Amino acid sequence: MSGLRLAWKKFSRDRLAFTGFLIIFCLVLTAIFAGVLSPYPEDTHKIHPASRLKPPSAKYLLGTDNMGRDILSRLLFGARVTLVISIIAVATSLLIGVPLGLIAGYFENWLSEIIMRIADIFLSIPQIILAIFLAQTLGPSIPNVILALSITYWPWFTRIVYAETGTLKKSVFIEATEALGAGRLRMILLHILPNVSSPIIVRSSIGMGYTILTAAVLGFLGVGAQPPTPEWGVTIAESRQFLPEAWWYATFPGLAIFLVVLGFNMLGDGLRDILDPRIRRSFQ
Amino acid sequence: MDLNRRETLLAVANLTVHFYTERGVVKALEGAELRVGKGEVVGLIGESGCGKTTMARSILRVLPPGGRIVGGEISFAGKDLLALDEKDLNTSVRGKRITLIPQDPFNSFNPVFSVGTQISDIMKWKGEAGGNKELDENKIREMLGKVQIPSPGDQLKKYPHQFSGGQRQRLMIAMALLPSPNLVIADEPTTALDVTVEAQILRLMSELVRGKEISVLFITHDLGVASEVCERMIVMYAGQDMEDGPAEALFSGPRHPYTVELLESLPNPRGNIRDIPGEVPSLIHPPPGCRFNPRCPAATESCSAERPRRIEVEPGHWVRCFHPVGQKT
Amino acid sequence: MSARILSYISKRILYFVPTLLGLIALTFLISRVIPADPAALVAGEMATPEQIAAIRQQYGFDKPLYVQLGFYLKQLVRGDLGKSLYSGRRVIQDLSERFPATLELTLAAMLISILVGIPLGIVSGLRRNSILDHALRGFTVSGLAIASFWLGIMLQLFASMWLGITPLGGRIGVPEPRMITGLYILDSILTFNGTALLSSLRHILLPAVTLSFSSFATITRFTRSGVLDVIQKDFILYERAMGLPPGLVVYKYLLRNAVISTVTQIGLLFGLLLAGAVVIETVFDWPGLGLFAYKSIVLSDYQAILGVTLLAGTVYVAVNLMVDTLLALIDPRKAEV
Repeated sequence: MSGLRLAWKKFSRDRLAFTGFLIIFCLVLTAIFAGVLSPYPEDTHKIHPASRLKPPSAKYLLGTDNMGRDILSRLLFGARVTLVISIIAVATSLLIGVPLGLIAGYFENWLSEIIMRIADIFLSIPQIILAIFLAQTLGPSIPNVILALSITYWPWFTRIVYAETGTLKKSVFIEATEALGAGRLRMILLHILPNVSSPIIVRSSIGMGYTILTAAVLGFLGVGAQPPTPEWGVTIAESRQFLPEAWWYATFPGLAIFLVVLGFNMLGDGLRDILDPRIRRSFQ
Repeated sequence: MDLNRRETLLAVANLTVHFYTERGVVKALEGAELRVGKGEVVGLIGESGCGKTTMARSILRVLPPGGRIVGGEISFAGKDLLALDEKDLNTSVRGKRITLIPQDPFNSFNPVFSVGTQISDIMKWKGEAGGNKELDENKIREMLGKVQIPSPGDQLKKYPHQFSGGQRQRLMIAMALLPSPNLVIADEPTTALDVTVEAQILRLMSELVRGKEISVLFITHDLGVASEVCERMIVMYAGQDMEDGPAEALFSGPRHPYTVELLESLPNPRGNIRDIPGEVPSLIHPPPGCRFNPRCPAATESCSAERPRRIEVEPGHWVRCFHPVGQKT
Repeated sequence: MSARILSYISKRILYFVPTLLGLIALTFLISRVIPADPAALVAGEMATPEQIAAIRQQYGFDKPLYVQLGFYLKQLVRGDLGKSLYSGRRVIQDLSERFPATLELTLAAMLISILVGIPLGIVSGLRRNSILDHALRGFTVSGLAIASFWLGIMLQLFASMWLGITPLGGRIGVPEPRMITGLYILDSILTFNGTALLSSLRHILLPAVTLSFSSFATITRFTRSGVLDVIQKDFILYERAMGLPPGLVVYKYLLRNAVISTVTQIGLLFGLLLAGAVVIETVFDWPGLGLFAYKSIVLSDYQAILGVTLLAGTVYVAVNLMVDTLLALIDPRKAEV
């Protein structure tokens, strides 16, 4: 237990990680309590044509969109959409990628070659393009976006886990434990997995940021969430035809994306510094 | 050979060096003193972190960022090294009159340039290059021959990673001797090598230095190595010099309690200091006075009140201690 | 070129081929195996059942999979990527027409990121923890968090709509220069066409800057860490100790080592740029592959999207191959691997 407390102390002392953590914490709270925090929670589905395209004011803090809906409220609900998409996508990539990486790294045989080659193939197409292609094939919707994102992100996990497992395998304590006759599955689960957990955690945090951006792009292009879902990318796409007059329409969703991705990146960077101090970090 | 009467080439007096880090100010050297005579091979020994490398870097004034020479004097061949500016240091001192044989020959070569390029670059800037390319190449080849690198011409085109550890160190030695320096600082030159190669390198170094008026400051934590090459040894601990005397005298009759403990804790009389138990003090909050006093069996109050001055307990043998150990029988 | 390097390069090319094949297999899988009815996808949303049946016949979707794979491969080898639904023309034609525009944009963005990123990264690393360094690091960290399409829209808002100093979109505002390479800037220079040059530059400015933003941030970061890494290396200490003047140490030695670490990133960055082009071209109405992809999405022109994906993948793999080769030439250690 004290190991956890020590880690927490270290964590709170690192300003970068902690700030990132705070941002994410607020994001999660916002997403959960969007209904309570929004001044106009009904605007996720109701429209008020009379109040369309109103600039920011006391009544509508961030202005209204072309259907008269309060942008602030829709942004807050958009946080929910964003989080759900990204968490499930990253979690799925993790669940696919990590086991594959462990297998590939531990058993250095033909299976490993195949796994890594497949990973390479997936990585040979820039992620967004592959995601677009997949989303088009499956049809634009939120579940398909999640699927597309998962299928394109898992190789990153596999690569990292493969590299780490490979190195770990050669370490003395693994050889010793193997000599003691520990079963392979046990080996992987109990000994190797805990040690590759820190790069996995770091990559997940950075992956969240990256996935949020990609999901927003897909929304913007129209292959992801569809209107009237208050997804941030979709909102920005909608806003384009009303520029430059309704500047608030495009500006605030983008700021929201920026803030959230920044939070995850800071968290990821900070976590990397904390969890992996042995690798001399020149990012300092 | 009267060690006392040799003319002094390098004199370091009262040198204090601090490192400014996030965790605090590391007082790496405090009032350290050192003297190397002309043509003398002096060993600088101590545990890791005792300031040997800091001393070497301070003499050459290549401290890492955050390091600063806070006080003291360094004079070399009559010149005050601390008063020289970077340009003068580069043209007349570094790599010319004082050269370095670094600890890790692998990492000390730039991996992306060929060995030949690196050697001739160093030569060029020292003004050793007479402008005549052929003459210089001959000089380099000759030196490589002396350090027993076969077919130097082909080797020069190769890259550092294509050589073995021993060969790389020979190259380093060659580079250190090419400018005909007055002083060679060898910073743990055999630590990164394995034992068989180590013996060869040591022999090579002794041969090359013999007879010429080249002084060597030989930094090591291996007493066996030190005893083989050094005429005189200086023992350092936690940034302070403790004892300074002829090698034989130090081994047979150490006068400083630290040196005694050092020698006693070794499994064999010519062992490796790395294996000594006990904790080295923090250099951020070092003990006052003589920094060995917390561990010293002979310590009294005066030991933490002020730092002892150098006293000559026998000709050529100096100790910094209020309670030096008596003669061993 | 030594034999070692040649063998390394041929090994890499050998690796390239299966990856390409795998890429083709992947696209085949996604386009023919996953959908419930590939014919409906290709025929488009507006198609009648008869049209769908016709497509099914024409493309052989009713045949067993391995036969389809055979057709697919044959088509690809012939360069036949099918027909675009809406232009009616062959996809490969549409792609090759729009390719130069995207190439020009991507090159411009890459150039900007390198020319700005590397020096800034070096300065940042050499003056570590200075105000400049902190400012740059803050800037680059932010740069990686900004959605590029949003940045483009904001810049458009600011510079084009409010200030009116840059055009809203498009590639050129005057008649195009005579076509030699298809890259307007280059062609304008080669044909001494001043007005075309000026117009092209004005039009490419905003899109290129936007596109370069994230890769510039990455390059700066990596160059900086490369510099920091190298500066602490023992050989720098050795070179300093042996009196090599700091100018030489920096420019000759440090730079090369730092650049190497950056070059390793360029392959990856190129992929980012390719992907980013889709969005940037959409925002700025830049008539390249990205805009083509977007329009195809809107119109559900499936063959076209498939074509773009294949092309993007192939180019990306090819670029990585070139980067690896380049690395082998400048970093002698690489060729040993």
